[in-house]
Amino acid sequence: METLQHAAELMTGRDSALMQIVGLSLYVSLTACFLAALIGIPLGAALAIWNFPLRSVLVVLSSSLMALPPVVVGLCVYLLLSRAGPLGDLGLLFTPGAMIIAQTILITPIILALTREAVLPLRRDYDALLLSVDAGPGLKLTTLIWDARYGVMTALLAGFGRALAEVGAVLIVGGNISGLTRVMTTTIALETSKGNLELALALGLVLLSIAIAVNASVHLLARLGRRYEVTR
Amino acid sequence: MNAPDLIFDSVEVLADGEQVLGPVSMRLASVGITVIMGANGAGKSLFLTTAHGLVAPHRGRVIWNGIPADSSRKSRGFVFQNTPVLRRSVAGNVAFPLSARKMPAIEKATLVARALAEARLTSQAHQPAAALSGGELKRLALARAMVTDPAVILLDEPAANLDPATTKELEDSLRRISDAGTKVILSTHDIAQARRLAGDILFFDAGLLIEQASAAAFFANPISQAAQKYLKGEL
Repeated sequence: METLQHAAELMTGRDSALMQIVGLSLYVSLTACFLAALIGIPLGAALAIWNFPLRSVLVVLSSSLMALPPVVVGLCVYLLLSRAGPLGDLGLLFTPGAMIIAQTILITPIILALTREAVLPLRRDYDALLLSVDAGPGLKLTTLIWDARYGVMTALLAGFGRALAEVGAVLIVGGNISGLTRVMTTTIALETSKGNLELALALGLVLLSIAIAVNASVHLLARLGRRYEVTR
Repeated sequence: MNAPDLIFDSVEVLADGEQVLGPVSMRLASVGITVIMGANGAGKSLFLTTAHGLVAPHRGRVIWNGIPADSSRKSRGFVFQNTPVLRRSVAGNVAFPLSARKMPAIEKATLVARALAEARLTSQAHQPAAALSGGELKRLALARAMVTDPAVILLDEPAANLDPATTKELEDSLRRISDAGTKVILSTHDIAQARRLAGDILFFDAGLLIEQASAAAFFANPISQAAQKYLKGEL
């Protein structure tokens, strides 16, 4: 109980170490989410719209990669970025940059697959209508992404939630260096093992509240989206 | 307006290897209201979708004023039987055909506002289109097809599932559109509606164009047995 009280004090007292950790977590995961969106949304929509060679391979691949274990991603990115690795010269290992790369790889398949699923049901109505007004491929892609926007935003939130909650990848490529690459999840893991439960618990509560906010947003988006669905 | 002639030149459409339309050869004048008649499965919808270039014929050519159907879609409006709706507002739906062409935003807004007003949908402009009633949806579909001021409008069973008052309103709109110089081609299984609207008739049976005649001639004296039976309402 006392621990919980201390944790609450930490949270409300704007503890600078805690704020920095939370800030870095959000920075890394939001950036990763943004980058993954740039790749995953257009590609996911394209997979839903067009038949092209290797499409089914890409679909199966993206669905399988949704369940990618973060430690495996961490390991692969580590091997790429380590000094002896092919991208070792960039000097990114143990920086927030490396963590962003790892999380981007981790969540791109999620955003891609969920975007595809959001766009697919629209095709039945849209194909004929878009053809009848002579919409080109660019307009078709943007129209379907925009009109599936509530589903696409849900995909983004799912990706963001996954990135924020993941430990293994950022731990391996970031190194959990205090003040530099320490994020909420890795700090919780470390501080708990050290017996510093106040900080761990405070961060846990922050994570939990973000998770609740994300889920509430998903719920709200789904409700907004249903207003535009034709039920006839 | 230089409204285009429609030419079907030995057009055949296959589905799963079976001939479902044609061979159809005909020429359609560029003015007035043409009504496509025939029983279910006679090929009315397929004729309309092929005419608009939505279905590519396996043999033959569909030509509008010298241009193949599939490269002149922008000059026509098309109203689907099931009214597909974009997951947008009413105004967003009506505006959509304009996004496939380049023009200043102000001009687009003016055209959309005019189309909404003509369809009496101005007060619902910002509602989700999915919330409209059946009659309102038909008005939306017509407004969306007419927003580009097309030379031709094609409608597939536009009055299906509409009550008499809404049907009358739709027919009045189609007459106005035709009077204003747009060629109107619609299909219907409602013989009374065809009598009220048609300037000329295309009668289909089993995928073939059986008769092409002025409405007066067709209803007074149908030549083919299929048309005679259909008009008598024989089952």
